[in-house]
Order: sequence, then structure tokens, then C-alpha cells
Amino acid sequence: MNETRNIGDTLLKVDNISLSFGGVKAITGVSLEIREREICAIIGPNGAGKTSMLNVINGFYHPQEGTITFGGEVRKQMRPHLAAAGGIARTFQNVALFTGMSTLDNIMTGRNLKMKKNFLWQALNIGPARKEELEHREFVEHIIDFLEIEAIRKTPVGRLPYGLQKRVELGRALAAEPKLLLLDEPMAGMNVEEKEDMCRFILDTNDEFGTTIGLIEHDMGVVMDLSDHVVVLDHGEKIADGVPDVVRADQNVIDAYLGVAHD
Amino acid sequence: MTDRQDSLSSLDTFPKLLLDHGVNRPARVALREKDLGIWLTWTWSEVVGNVRALACGLASFGFERGDKVAIVGDNRPELYMAMMAIQSLGGVPVPVYQDSVAEEMQYVLEHAEVKFAIVEDQEQTDKVLSVQDRCPNLTGIIYNDPRGMRHYRQSDLFAYKEVQARGRHFDKDNPDYFLDEIAKGKGADVGVMLYTSGTTGRPKGVMLSHDNVIITSRNANARERFRDTDDVLAYLPMAWVGDHAISYGQALCAGYSVSCPESSDTVMIDLRELGPTSFFAPPRIFENILTNVMVRMEDAAWFKQKLFKYFMDIAKTTGIRLLEGQPVSFVERLKYGLGQVLVFGPLKDALGFSNLRVAYTGGEAIGPELFEFYRSIGVNLKQLYGQTEATVYVTIQPDGQVNSESVGTPVPDCEIKIDESTKEVLYRSPGVFVGYYKNDEATKETKTEDGWVHTGDAGYIDDVGHVRIIDRAKDVGKLNDGTMFAPKFLENKLKFHPNIREAVTFGDEKDFVTAFINIDLESMGNWAERNNLNYGSYVDLANRDEIYAIIQSNIEESNRSLAADPSLAGSQIKRFLILHKLLDADDGELTRTGKIRRKIVFERYDDLIQALYSDKDIIPIEAKVTFENGKEGVIKADLKIREAEVYASVQKAG
Repeated sequence: MNETRNIGDTLLKVDNISLSFGGVKAITGVSLEIREREICAIIGPNGAGKTSMLNVINGFYHPQEGTITFGGEVRKQMRPHLAAAGGIARTFQNVALFTGMSTLDNIMTGRNLKMKKNFLWQALNIGPARKEELEHREFVEHIIDFLEIEAIRKTPVGRLPYGLQKRVELGRALAAEPKLLLLDEPMAGMNVEEKEDMCRFILDTNDEFGTTIGLIEHDMGVVMDLSDHVVVLDHGEKIADGVPDVVRADQNVIDAYLGVAHD
Repeated sequence: MTDRQDSLSSLDTFPKLLLDHGVNRPARVALREKDLGIWLTWTWSEVVGNVRALACGLASFGFERGDKVAIVGDNRPELYMAMMAIQSLGGVPVPVYQDSVAEEMQYVLEHAEVKFAIVEDQEQTDKVLSVQDRCPNLTGIIYNDPRGMRHYRQSDLFAYKEVQARGRHFDKDNPDYFLDEIAKGKGADVGVMLYTSGTTGRPKGVMLSHDNVIITSRNANARERFRDTDDVLAYLPMAWVGDHAISYGQALCAGYSVSCPESSDTVMIDLRELGPTSFFAPPRIFENILTNVMVRMEDAAWFKQKLFKYFMDIAKTTGIRLLEGQPVSFVERLKYGLGQVLVFGPLKDALGFSNLRVAYTGGEAIGPELFEFYRSIGVNLKQLYGQTEATVYVTIQPDGQVNSESVGTPVPDCEIKIDESTKEVLYRSPGVFVGYYKNDEATKETKTEDGWVHTGDAGYIDDVGHVRIIDRAKDVGKLNDGTMFAPKFLENKLKFHPNIREAVTFGDEKDFVTAFINIDLESMGNWAERNNLNYGSYVDLANRDEIYAIIQSNIEESNRSLAADPSLAGSQIKRFLILHKLLDADDGELTRTGKIRRKIVFERYDDLIQALYSDKDIIPIEAKVTFENGKEGVIKADLKIREAEVYASVQKAG
């Protein structure tokens, strides 16, 4: 299967990023690359700076030093909505959906940036706005089909179990047709069956749509199975970077996770 | 040429019926499927076109008359059309249960010597591929849903659309082929092979001819007044004879439309959107629907609860009499009408039963209270009795003569007799199967030379001529004092209580009857929540005194109703315990269709059964369980045994 994966050129290049909040250094001089169509995992112990890294890529935090190159364009400062328009979508560590809205509507919000007609047109729901809405609805239906959530199409997401909410959140991120999809602990708090489902959807997303995926995850088994390439952070610094098997055997990584052995 | 015309107009096979619909009702909807949130339709003429293309595609692979083809997947229009295409070429479709694991599938594929497998999607393709090397006759796999199939490079794997495209080419070069092949078909040919689920031993392949299915379907359509305006939802497994009759046989005979749900999870939603005119479900599904309604009503506001209760009481006294056409006073009618507007109407609408003309249940006995609930809100729910070997229909309850105990009168052309010594029910009808595939021995055991079929069920014919089934003939026993003990009958009585999910009763050659209970976690969990009872798991909840008290009162209620019938008063449940785990098909305690495997339960819980017949009221247990992730663990608990009150037999007054 691997010969058909054809992982491409660098999509995202993070170069020598440093980020601090007051005196606290969250990230110190980290560089990493995510290539087109690969699944890259960022792992590390608690407080290693994983989510901060995701927030930097996503434009939510502004690093004091370093540059980010996305799709060939260098940028230093970036706003989240510009990142989204540029093709970066994400999910959150704790689910951030509109709980009173249905699954369908939640995923439709992911299409918002693609809708060209303004608010007034949409409110009137006539002519071109209606046509546009139908096109987007069709796209969203493909996502619903893909994620196998037909049965909860019209259910308010607040009533759904956690595992399904996570799936809806993935659906909303996919609705934006991202070039780069960032997943912040997509499997946190799930049971075995839900984890297996989520793994399958992540792999399928990567395979079917060719979406590049950046992933933060604690479950080592999941990370090693899914990823093409793993970056390990510890105390805001990068301590390893490579294919799963190499990273697994890396002494620095073992020390960071298990504590340093004194002999 | 005229020979061909004569043959085609005889309508004795399904492909000929299909062509006839294509001519007589070309623009009417034959099949529907919900996809991407939209109901898609296929008219009869579109179905003919699709079937023709697929059949010719199969022919281009060298398909020969008599070839068997496995059909694997959820109910999909493409799979129903595949059956028509196979039959057009004189082949035999063999639908396989879509949830069977690869091993079970391998047995059927190999035993039936299938040449092709037409499957729904990647999941089923993977299963078939994994057993392919043990199925020497299998030369090609055709999949319908291309999702996830891009990386498959097998040379014997084809997309459904691709086969149809090949077929259109073939058809251009051989324009007479399709109709010629259909004209060659005869009613006596084997039309389909259905494997029985097999509670004992390996599944057996039941061969049914076109005549079997067509005559039985026509008889059922006539008696139950099915016409081309009817609508059904095809959601039960295609491998099950009931679906084959309702969604295929009867549909093609009457020309009504069949709709396929979006997925197995959306059946209830699709049911509501579609509003079918007829609905078949095993008792389990009717039970689940009712439990859902009841649980939601208990969560409803005070006023709604009152309203519901008030009108349901009226429905119980009036609704059934209305349905049976008995005299009902004006005031009663008025009250029921109001209930219809305020409660029953909206309830039926929410369940998708608004357009329902008739609903059927069968396969297992149904609790009288459950039965009455549906009938009281105006759902014409009837029981039927059938078997794969009979092309389903043996008996159906006639309209207006419906009750929870009988299974009705024989369908047209069907004869019934009861074996004097064993009380076993036998039948003879045009639907009686041709034989078991490659198993003459079993065929001879089941079917006598003059066409009578042994059902294996014990029963009798009551004074109004209705057949009543008591239990599996081999399960019926006697208490030591000679009272008849019919375990399933008692269990069904217990299971009507929404709090009881499963029950197993014991009593054969004992002094009294005892029971194992599985509580219903949804219903009891909901009760626990409302009463601020914290619990960690099923075991934890099941062992609470509060829960025992509720179950005890449920059992005593059943005992009271048993006491009302002198012949059953002796089989009241005296002692019971709540099991520490749910009986599960994965542990081999239930069949895949949810029936109890008594032998396994008897062996596994022997010490618990012993304890029920001792004077102990507590018994320590240790049980091995397999968790979801495959790890094994041990559950330790002290199970309590409680006694239920037994009532004196009450003679019915007057």
C-alpha cells in the first residue's frame, strides 16, 4: 500500500520557533517539517509544548522568534481566520462545538469560509444563495456519509456521547477542505472501540482526500500505528524527529517518558 | 419467436414478472434508497435496464445456468437487482447474513459452491477475499460501493458499474441473449437458496423454487390485500426468508415499492420519513420501541405524563374493540378520537406508523401486554408463523381475530396437522421447499414423502381453529407434580416487563419453577438515575436490594396472571436470582438472533441452578469475562436469591 502513498514536498516548515509567556518559555528554538499527504505526530510528556506548537501553526499564538512557511509562503504573524482561509483546519482538545445545533448544522459551519454570498442573501434564501447552500449541503452530506454519522444528522450535538462529538468535530474540520488538518488529542477520553473508529477515520481521511495531518496524541500505540513521522517535544525543545521505529528506540525519548535512569 | 413470447407471458419466474412490470407500470417506483440524505428512486423500467446490464455483464464472464452467486451486504437496491439479474440467467442467488464473520461466510460460500460473490462494500470484500482460497469455485467478486477500494489490485475483483458497462457492450453484440435466457426459465427451477441460521449444527441451504416463492407470495398478497400502492422498508437481513418474501417475492408479485434505509443505524429515522404501509419486525424490535417510548415518557413533564396515562387507559379499553370492529359507545368513540389527536396520532407519527395498514410479528411469542399496547393505539399488529422451509408463511392471524396467544389460521393452500403423540405441528403447502442443498438425509428427516414438513414446534389447534404454538417440542417438560412446564412461554411473560431484558426458567423434573433474570440496563439505569442511586456497572446495579425488590414485584405480577389460568398456575416462579452478567451471543449463551442456548446456560451456570433449588439465599460466584479489548478478567460477587410470592389458582368467575 505504501508505494501509492506518494508523500510529497514540504507543506509546512516551522523554523526555529520560540514562544514565551512573560518569563515562561513554552517553546525554545523548535524546527519541524510536515510534508504533503503525510501524518505527522507531535508527542511529548505533559507541558512539553505540544498544544502551544499547534496554536502557533494555527496562528492563535504569535511566536517571538522564528518563521513559518506554509505552502511556500513565509509568514511571521498570522491570524487564526487567515490560517483557516489558507487551508489549515483543526479540532480541539476539549470539544468546541455548538451544542444546541444539529450535527448537520455544526458541520455546515465548517463551510462558512467557502460561502461567497453575504449574510443578507443567505437570510433571504433565494436564487444564487439557495443554489450555493445546496452545493455545500451536498459536500457536507459526503462528509456525513464518510464519517458514518447519518443516524445523528439531525440530533443536537449536546445530546451526543463524547466519542461522537469528537467525530462531528472532525467532520466540521473536514468541511473546510483543509490542506493541513491539525488534531489536538483526537482520542483523549475515548474507549477502545471509539479509538479504533477514530484511527480508521484519520487514516481514511488521509487516504481518500490526501489531507496532510498534524496530530497530537498521548496514546503511544495509536501514534506509532498511525504516523509516518513523529516529532518529540520535551520542556519546549525538540528531542527527536523521525520515523516511528527510530523514535521509539531513541534514548532521549525513553528518558523523557520514563525519567532518566541513574546507573 | 412465439415460443419465447409464450414463455415470457407465463409469469412463472421472477425475471418474467420484472419484465411485465417494466411494461405495465414503467414509471412507478420499484426501489428506493436514501443516500447522502436524499431518497433516490428506481422506477420499474430503470430496474429492468439495470438488471439487463448486470445480467449481460455476468454473461460476459461466462456465467452458466445453475451457477450460484453469493449476495453479501445490507439491504441495497443494487443487491436486490443483482438477485433479479442472476435469476434472469437461470442462476441461483445465495444471500448471506451480512454480519457473519469470515469463517461462517466461508462455510456457506464453499458449501453452496458459489461462482461469484456480489458484495456491498470494502468490509464485505475483505471478508470474502480472506476466505477466497478456501472457496475453489469462486472466480469473481463484484463490489458495489467503491469507497476505500482504490488500492485493491486483485484481477478477479470488479466494480458493479464496471460489470454493467461490460454488460451493455455484450448486450449490443448479443441483443437477444437477455430475453432468450429469461424465456428458458421455468417455475420449477430453483430460484434462491437461503441458509438457515442453525441453532443446532451447521447451517443448511434451503432450496426454494420460483413456484414456491411466487405461489406463496401471491397467496399472501391476496389474503393480506397487498397491492402495487403498498410501501415497505427493507431492513431485515436479505439472507432471512422473511425479507426475501416481503421485499422481493411479494413485491415482485404485487409490484409495490421497496425502500432501503440509509444505514442500519438509521432504520427508525427512515421509517418515520417513509411511513410504510406494512411493517414486519420480530417481537424484540417492538419491545425496544415500546421501552424507548416508556423511558422517554417517564422523563417527560408532569402534565404530559398524566395526559399519556389517561389516554392510554382509554386506548386499552376502546382501541382494540375499535380495531376488531366491535360495538363502541359514542362517548368512548369521542374520548378515543380526542386521544387520537393528542396522543396516539403524534406517537404513531413519531414511530413512523402513520400510514401503517398492517404490522406483523413472528419468530417468537410476543407478550400480551406488548401486543395490546400496539393494537390499542390503532396499529393492526398481527402474528404469523412460518419457516424458511415453507417460504415463510404457514399461518397468519385473520383481521378481526387477533390475540396474543395464537398464530392464526393456515394461509391459502396450506394444510396443518398435529402429530398425536409428540404434539408436533406439521404442514403441507405450495411453499414447501425443494430440499436441503447437498443434504438428502436432512431433507428426508424434515419432509415426508407425501410433502408434510416437521416444524419441530409443539402446538395445538384451539376451538376456533387457530394454531397455538407452545414451545420447541424438545424444550417442553413437566414439573414433578405433572404440571406442564413450557420455559419459553414463562420467559416471554417475564420479558414483557420493561425492567427484564432476558430470563431463563428452570423446572423440568423439579418441584417448582425458578428463574435467572437479566435486568434491562437502559430502563433500570434510568430508574436508578431518577432515584439518585449511584452505580458503577451492570454487576453493581444488578445486585442492589432496590433492584431486587422491583424485579420481585414484576415476577409476582406475572405469577398473578399465571394463577388466573388453572393449567399454568402450577408453573409460577418461586425463586429467582439476577445474573451478574448479561447473557451474550459473544459468549455463546444466545444465538445471533437472540435466542437462548439452553444447553450452554445449563452447563455454565449449573452451580447457580443447584443453589436455586437449595435453601441458600446467597451464593458467591467467580466468573471469567472477556473485555472489549480482548483481555480477560474475573468478576467476583455474592449473588442473592429471593423468593417470590406464589398465588393460589383462581377460577375465572362466570
